[in-house]
Amino acid sequence: MTTAATTAPERRRRRLSGSNFALGAIGLFSIGALLEILPRIGVMDRRFFPPSSEILTMLLRQLGEPGFWTAVGQTMRGWAIGLTIAMVAGVLAGVVIGSIPVLREFTASTIEFLRPIPSVALIPLVVLLYGTKIQSALILIVYAAFWQILVQVLYGVADVDPVVRDTARSYRFSRWTQFKQVVWPTALPYVVTGFRLAAAVALILEVTAELVIGVPGLGRNLGIAQSSGAVTLTYALVVAIGIIGIIINLFARYIERRVLRWHPSVRRDVAA
Amino acid sequence: MSIDTTPAPRERIDTTTPALDVRGLKKVYTGHGRDVEAVRNLTFTIRSGELVCIVGPSGAGKTTLLRCISGLLDVTDGEVVLDGKKVTEPPPGMAVVFQEYGRSLFPWLTVRQNIELPLKEKGLKKAERAEKVQTAIDAVGLTDSADAHPWQLSGGMQQRVAIARAVAYEPSVLLMDEPFAAVDAQTRADLEDLVRDLWHKFKVTVLFVTHDIDEAVYLGERVLVLSHRPTVILEDVKITLPDERSQLETRSTKEFADLRHHVYEQIQKAKQGFRPDGDTA
Repeated sequence: MTTAATTAPERRRRRLSGSNFALGAIGLFSIGALLEILPRIGVMDRRFFPPSSEILTMLLRQLGEPGFWTAVGQTMRGWAIGLTIAMVAGVLAGVVIGSIPVLREFTASTIEFLRPIPSVALIPLVVLLYGTKIQSALILIVYAAFWQILVQVLYGVADVDPVVRDTARSYRFSRWTQFKQVVWPTALPYVVTGFRLAAAVALILEVTAELVIGVPGLGRNLGIAQSSGAVTLTYALVVAIGIIGIIINLFARYIERRVLRWHPSVRRDVAA
Repeated sequence: MSIDTTPAPRERIDTTTPALDVRGLKKVYTGHGRDVEAVRNLTFTIRSGELVCIVGPSGAGKTTLLRCISGLLDVTDGEVVLDGKKVTEPPPGMAVVFQEYGRSLFPWLTVRQNIELPLKEKGLKKAERAEKVQTAIDAVGLTDSADAHPWQLSGGMQQRVAIARAVAYEPSVLLMDEPFAAVDAQTRADLEDLVRDLWHKFKVTVLFVTHDIDEAVYLGERVLVLSHRPTVILEDVKITLPDERSQLETRSTKEFADLRHHVYEQIQKAKQGFRPDGDTA
């Protein structure tokens, strides 16, 4: 009957994730090697499929270019601003709508109608409104990410355990305390899931806006490289965007673990 | 984890003022085109400082009754009066320990924070809170786990946290809704002694709802036996066991066996549909 966590399963998990990591690295390396060899022996057309070493070299050279970092900065800025707006709006709207049953009923069908509209369908509209300005990308991002968050928050707010609710009521918690100490912690896992989904979607939409509309950023550079026939650079930029995607995902998972230390999905030790 | 089970001398307990007065309580659930009469007519009084157990067959509406008393559920007829005031919403002088301890504690807070939160809501100063929380934690034997999270504790310990939270709140009446139904037998015995011990120490008035006849007889000063649904009181049994009780000694006395036998008989009658008012259900 102690509170101390048993360390054995934890160690096992770490070892497991360690070997997973090694396997994953080997897999990645194998595919890289394959994409190196196939173009060189002529199985793949070198003009369109440069060997992976050339792509990597090009990417490394890009890392030395200030213009590349400017583009990274633009992409990340658009992503961050769009995601922040979507988070704030999604959480606020979700909490308000979710806490008022009438409002929930009232908005349910509207949300279900608006949510499936793909954000890219708004491209013609934002081009008319803002052209290649950053606002174009922001609208696409906010529209796509907002629904992800809103729906999660709505579920989260509705998920308060009846026993917890009774406990809060019987101890006469004020409305604010009920929100802060009961509703919000309950909704938090959902909020974080919404955040993780929205973070990924926001990057997709940012790059789409850059590529299709020409909003400044890595996506636009990618489009320019492609249309000027710089195949290796095109691939290098695709890899760069992929790496940013991975970093964003790692960041979102880190936030998740930090925020939900107490949650069954994150916590490690449960005594029977 | 040892608990001091030697009862303090019971003094200054005013057994004449009613702490809780339930008069003609009736609860009918309406909905889905049919009415279900869960509680028909309940009248009883709990005096300040008493430890009263309510026992009834399963489906006797025990939880309904408790939710009505605690103000979580509206009554259809009759009234619940706590400290001279009619209960219409959860009253300040009441704390409830629920059966589902795992769900009634906040997993995002530590043991200490869980106990402190209601005191914060009550508006107590920080120093006063800290002192009451520590007293409660020590009293339930969780001194070493005060900064753990509830989910790091065993079921019995979690229920101790819920009990400590209720006791620290210093309610006029402490309601317990089958609090030990989900823990193993040995833990259960420990927790029963804990309730007796806290009752002595903190001189709190306890209303303990259970389906377990032995538990009711072992714990209570009085046992209210409920009928089958729609619920009325079959009998108000006075428990004449000595104040100092122990799992080993008390449970093997003839007196305990007689009382248990008597209550058991009543419950059997209740199950067969016997009603003191002669009505049919």
